[in-house]
Formats: sequence, C-alpha cells, structure tokens
Amino acid sequence: MSFLKLLARNRLALGGLVVMGIVVLLALLTPILPLKPPNITDTGNRFLPPFSDGALLGTDHLGRDLLSRLMWGTRLSLAVGFAAALVAASIGAAIGIVAGYYGGRTDNVIMRGVDMLMAFPYILLALAIVAALGPGLMNALIAVAAVNIPFFARNIRGITVGIAHKEFVDAARLSGMSDARIILTEILPNVVPVIVIAMSTTVGWMILETAGLSFLGLGSQPPVADLGSMLGEARSALITNPHSSIVPGVMILIIVMAINLLGDGIRDALDPRLKSGALNRPLPATLVAPTRQPESQQNEGILTLDNLQTQFHVKDRVYRAVGGVTLSVKPGECLGIIGESGSGKSVTALSVMGLVASPPGLITGGSVHYRGEDLVGAPYRKLRTLRGREVAYIFQDPLATLHPLYRVGDQLIEAIRVHRAISREEGRKKAIELLEAVRIPNAASRVNDYPHEMSGGMRQRVGIAMALANDPEVIIADEPTTALDVTVQAQILSLLDDLRRERGLAIVFITHDFGVVGQLCDRVAVMYAGRIVEEGPTRAILDAPRHPYTAGLMACVPELGGGRRRLEAIPGLPPAVDDLPPGCAFAPRCDRATEACRAGEITLDRAGDRALRCIHPVEPQEAAR
Amino acid sequence: MTTPALRLEGLSKTFPLGRTLFGPERPGVRAVHPVTLDVMPGETLGIVGESGCGKSTLARMLVGLLEPTTGTIEIEGAALDNADPAVFGKRIQYVFQDPISSLNPRKTIRQIMDAPLKLLHGMDAAQRRARIAEIFETVSLREEFLDRYPHEFSGGQAQRIGIARALAAEARILILDEPVSALDVSVQAQVLNLLADLKARLGLTYLFISHDLAVVEAVSDRIAVLYFGSVVELGRAEDIFRAPRHPYTKLLADSAPVVGRPLTAPEAKETELPDPLNPPTGCAFRARCPRASERCAAEVPMLAEDAKGQAAACFHPLGG
Repeated sequence: MSFLKLLARNRLALGGLVVMGIVVLLALLTPILPLKPPNITDTGNRFLPPFSDGALLGTDHLGRDLLSRLMWGTRLSLAVGFAAALVAASIGAAIGIVAGYYGGRTDNVIMRGVDMLMAFPYILLALAIVAALGPGLMNALIAVAAVNIPFFARNIRGITVGIAHKEFVDAARLSGMSDARIILTEILPNVVPVIVIAMSTTVGWMILETAGLSFLGLGSQPPVADLGSMLGEARSALITNPHSSIVPGVMILIIVMAINLLGDGIRDALDPRLKSGALNRPLPATLVAPTRQPESQQNEGILTLDNLQTQFHVKDRVYRAVGGVTLSVKPGECLGIIGESGSGKSVTALSVMGLVASPPGLITGGSVHYRGEDLVGAPYRKLRTLRGREVAYIFQDPLATLHPLYRVGDQLIEAIRVHRAISREEGRKKAIELLEAVRIPNAASRVNDYPHEMSGGMRQRVGIAMALANDPEVIIADEPTTALDVTVQAQILSLLDDLRRERGLAIVFITHDFGVVGQLCDRVAVMYAGRIVEEGPTRAILDAPRHPYTAGLMACVPELGGGRRRLEAIPGLPPAVDDLPPGCAFAPRCDRATEACRAGEITLDRAGDRALRCIHPVEPQEAAR
Repeated sequence: MTTPALRLEGLSKTFPLGRTLFGPERPGVRAVHPVTLDVMPGETLGIVGESGCGKSTLARMLVGLLEPTTGTIEIEGAALDNADPAVFGKRIQYVFQDPISSLNPRKTIRQIMDAPLKLLHGMDAAQRRARIAEIFETVSLREEFLDRYPHEFSGGQAQRIGIARALAAEARILILDEPVSALDVSVQAQVLNLLADLKARLGLTYLFISHDLAVVEAVSDRIAVLYFGSVVELGRAEDIFRAPRHPYTKLLADSAPVVGRPLTAPEAKETELPDPLNPPTGCAFRARCPRASERCAAEVPMLAEDAKGQAAACFHPLGG
C-alpha cells in the first residue's frame, strides 16, 4: 500500500501510470473493439488523410486503416517488449545471482563471458543474432532479450554479492539450508525489488529496440505490423504523406515516455535509500517552530541550554526526542551527558548549532545561549560563523566524517580557511601543528596521508585536530571513543583531558559509558527518554546515585575486576518517544514507582549542586549497600 | 579425563592475496596463527582482543563458515565435517553480533525459526509449532512475535530471536560472537543473564567472544587473550585481568575505563598494530612492549603455563 502511495506522490510517475494504463487497456481490448481488419488492402483509398470518412486516422500506402493497424501494432509491440524484458530479466538475474553467490572462479568465468557480450555494440549484436536466426518477430524478441541480459546480470550480481555476505545468509547455512535453498528463499526475495526496478527502467528501451529491428525489416513480417514496421513502411512517403509516419511515431513516443516516467517513479518508490528520505536535502539549519517560547538564560556558563525542546515530525507522528533540557558548561569544564540509545543525547548536542536535519527535525521550544546570545532561530549566516570557530563537534565515526578522497592535511586546511583567509603554506604549517597537538607521530609526513591510510585511533585524532583547527571555546564530542579499541580509547580520553586543561576548553562529552564519564567529566547529566533525570558532580552521582534509573544503569555495567557474577538488569525497554507515558517515563520499569509517579509531570528539582527528577529517590544509605 | 566439547589443534587461517598480473604469487595475510585450545563441556571460554586480532575469523572457522588453512577442529571427540550442513548445524551453532542483520528482513520470525527445525530435525508442522512455543518460552519471548518481520523488533528482542534460532538446532555448543556489543547496557545485562540461565538449564558450552573485558570477565570460566592472531594469554577469568602475566593483557586491563582511576594513557608510544602484510619477526607485541629484549625479536614465544595454570606467550612474563 505504501508503495502505491509513494508512487502517487510523484506526479510525473502517476501521469505515466495513467497513460500506460490506458494504452495497455486499449491494446488488450483491441480484438473486441469495432475496428476494421488491419491487413485488408484497399488501394483505391490509399493515403486518405486523417479524419476522413470511415478512417479516423487515415489510411496507408495500401489503403489499410491506420487506426486499426496502430491498435494491433501497439498490441504487438507491447507484447514483444514486455516479453523481451521478462526473458532478459529472468535469465540475466539468474546469471547474476549465481555469479554473485558463488563468487570466485564461477563469478570470474560467468562475468567475463558477460563482458564479452557487452563488448559489441548492442544493435550490431542484435543484427547479428537476427541474421543468424533469420528475420521474424520471435527472433527479434530473442535478439533484444539477449542483448539486454548483460545489463541485468551485472546489476543483479552486484546486489547479490552484497547480500551473500550478510549475516542472515550465514545463519541460514547454519540452519541446515543447502545452497539452492539459500538462493531461492534468502537471496531471491531480497533482489526481486532490484529486478523490478531494472525492468521498469528498461522496458521502454526494449520496445524501442524491437521497433528498430522491425523498422529495418528484421522484426515483424508483412502483412502483420508492429509500430516499428509501420514506421518502416511509411518511410518512403515521409514527405508526401507524413501522417502515416506520424501516427506510429507518436504512439512510440507516448509509450516510451510513459514507461520511463513510471519506471523512474517505481525506482524511487522501491529504493530503500530513497524511501528513507535520502533525497530530501536537509536545510542548512534546523527549523524553529514559530510557536517556540524563548527562555532566558538560567545558569552561568559559556554555553547554556535552557528548556530546549526538539521534535521530529514524521507524517502524523511527533517524536519528542528532546523534551526540555537545561544544561550549562563553563570554560575548562567537562560536562558528561550519559544515556542509552534513543535517550535524546545526540539530538540535544546537534540542536545546539542547529545541525538536526530538517525536515523532519524541529526545535519547538527553549533557547541555547552562547555567551549570553540566543542561537535558536539565529540567522544561518550567524550560525555558520560560530560553527567550527566557537563551537566544534567531534563525531563517533571518524571514517564517516573524513572525506576519503582528500588528504587529511587538505581537509584540515579547508576547515581553517572556511573561517579566515590564510595562504596554503601557512595552512600547511598550521595543519602540522594541529596534528602535533593531537600527538600524531611524524606529523609532517602524516599530513599527506589519506584517511584510509590511518588506523581508527589516528583518524579520530585527526577528527579532534579538525575540531581544534579554529581554536573553539566549546567542543561537543558525541561518543568519540565508542568505535575505538580500549587501548586507543584510553589515549584519546587522556588527550582530550590535557587539551581542555591547556586551552581552557569547555567540553560536552556524550557517552553511554560510566567508566569514561567517571574518568573525564566534572559534572554529569543522565538522560532518559529525552529528559534529564539526574544531574550533578560526577563523583557525587557515581558514589550515590539518587534516581532509580541512574542506580539501575550503573548496576548493569560490569566493572573489571569483579570476577564472574550475575549482572543486575533493568526489566523492560525504554519507551518510544512518540508515545511517552504521562508522568515519569521510567515508571513502567521502576520497582519504586507508585500511582503518583504515573499521575503527572515530575519536575527536575535542584538541591545544592545536584538536580533530580524523582519523587521516590534512592536514599544514600541504600545505595551504599 | 572427559572429552573436550571443542578441541582446536593448530588451527590457523591465511587469506590469500592472489597473484599480481605478472609477479609471483604473494604470501597471504595470516589472520589467525596456529591456535590450540580445549573447551570443556559446560564451560564458558571467553575470547578477548581488539579489532583485527582475528577473533571473528576464529569463530567463523569453528562453525564452518570459513575453511581453516591448517589444523583440525574436533567437536565432542569427532572431527568437524562441514560437508553436510544438515548434520553440522546440529553440533555447533553461532549467535551473531548484529541481531538485526542476522535475520532475513523479508521473512517472518516463524519462517526463520522453522528452517532449523525442518531442515536439521525434519519436524512436521505440528511438531514445529510445539517446539517453537517451547523455545520462545525458554528465552521469554511472546508467541505473537512469530508472525512479525525482523524490523519490528528492538535490538534486545532481535538478539533473543537469534539465540532462539541457535537453540532450535539443539547444538550443545554455542559460539557467541560479540552477542551484546550492539545492545544498550540495560538490555545487555538481560541478554547476558538469559545466556547464563540457558547454559545452566540446558548444559550448554559457550565460546564467548567480545572486546569488552568486563563483560567477558563476568561470564567466563576461562579467558583467552588474542593479539595479532595469536593467543598470548590463557587463564582463569578471575585471575587473568587481576594478575596478568603477558604485558599486553596488562595493557588491556589498564586501558579499561574504571570509575575513580585517574586518567592517564597507559602507554606513551604509538599504538599501531603490526602491519599484517609485513608481519614482524618474533613476538608481535614487542614494538609496544616495555619489557621487550633481543630474544623477543628473534624467536616467537610459545604459550607456557605457570604453577597456577595461567599460560602466557611471553619470554619475560609479569609477576614471575
């Protein structure tokens, strides 16, 4: 159902579908329509113009009714085109799947054969096949199908190679499946959409090719006509009686245009990457809802978030990713934000500089103050000068954030040049300095490396160097060590710690790891379902967590040196942020929850340097147990 | 002496690089150096190592998804034969790291669960329904999940389904390849506890592979530490990180973030792994090792046990 909806959203594709539907319907109904017989000659009435009596579209050089010939010809052309597409797709897909699944020598032999087929110009190949088999519509079909097999084989092979190495194929093998069964039940269902896409974009082409062969007299044989042979027969009268060429020509144009528009629509609707909105170009800054209420700055700090709310509006659902977060960070301070996936910690971080993709992201309330100035709703030009220069980001996966085709040095220079004009020489010197600052050995030669030439830890150092490029005041690090090995993680953490002491950086460090928070952060905020449930100095919270979620989460994490043991688990799952319960979001998983917890809003109450959103907190003596 | 549930002898894997167009055949990349290990019935053997140390290659060889270059695998005293998938799947099973991608997106959970029951055990539809109900009960999944598709599940639920599928084969040995790495901590503990319960109830043997030292320590009886394709230390779980003998194990233990421990990089030098295309002579760890001597460059150290049975492949082990 959603497929048709997606298709219908594309107006051109919908138009193509309607036109194609009418053409196919008429072609199907041709035998029962009150048409003149298509092949009866009537030389007395040759070349009647269109709209003549008894011949709506006129007649051809033998006085045959053009309307009737057009309908029968369309029927034949469509049938041959679709049949050729089906044959080419089936054989091509079979070849592609076998080559892609077995790989190695099988793949090599098959695909080199396919390559040889592709080495000939297609029309030459088709002509050769027809010449060998003799003219005739059936042979034209075979020729067109054969010529298109390589296209399908290559396409499907590529997809199959990707699927054959997926874990579910290994799992199927371990379930006792034979190769043939894996191909039929595991691989095939996953490549069918690709086959359909490839077919939908080539059917039009195949109809044209068949028409081409018929035009040359190698396809349908007189007196039976398809659109191509109609054109061929009318060729000699092109100047004197153009209507006999125009009629089949327009029909070919209509069919191929309609099929191609429809095919593009089908491809867009079926392609999972396009379905997820990859074609939607996000705006340069996150949208701000007109109903947003700005908040005044509530805490001291170079960067403060004041009751910030960010939502995702997808169709008719509203995901409250960030539901009113208030935080602050001072120069030289490291603030940790800890939470599980879906807790809104990354969206909080991205909202600061308006980096949440819009659509579907939308900041619906609150403010972000940088040096006392509200950034939410600030003009894009303003945000752009601040991004990287004042507030810089470090992301989780350095391989994804570095451009694979540029040297790391050039990428560093680019990051500097965005904000100030410097010469290449100066830029290079600065880039080497930056790499030295993040303790990359041999910085002067490493500056010429491509990202793939570096290890994960080195790449993350480059990511940090890039964040430092313009001497920012605040660094927001979103799980910067999650993708790294422990020995490398330890080095990156100690590097960040030194940098903030040397440069007085304010760091917002997002993680799911209590060990990391405990070592690096001065203060920590625990997030659950888009809200802060507890906040305070790291030591105090780790020693005596008050919120049951914090306490539960800490108990879940095994600590090295504890030996073999049973771990505490929090039952249930985090709530979906498009369907939050009233009251405390943690209540359904909490063993201390009472009616009051579920009844209404629980506020974040501040006492001294700690804040807590719970009415039945864990008492310090309980936690000490 | 009892027969080991799983015995690896001299198991190694070399990936060929293929030949260049004109040159001679190049030597391959050695992902796993010969490994000899026994896993006793009912035991959990943990395998830790950083990315690129060969732990997944090792695991995939054990379940027949990769052909070993040298060495043998024995399961419960009989040599592994992966010629017939229907026989082999009943002896050893595998739980994958990424729970979602190990389930075919175009099949319902019931179709996924049916496959091993039908193909490995030849059950008819009624038997299968009963058996699936039983397995789902064991891993605390609701039967209404059966007619849904994989994308409708969270990571934790999908991993339970992956475990359920492995149980359906009724193999007594499970290879768990980073089974909780993709899960959130609160869910991770649920799955680990489920695995512990299943093991006690069904008498399973586990090979538990992970990069998370604390998790491995919490679930394992013995732990093998892998570095650059070789086992560098093997010992009891409660000792190995508390009193490591191999310098690499000590480095790992010191690197794990621990609340309250001051933040210092445990090693100052560049921590590049050796280049697999150009492997170093002798001990692979020597370039990073504070205790390295000339002997380490000349000879490859072999695993040697100390008096307490903790084995380390090091000429200059710690604490002894």
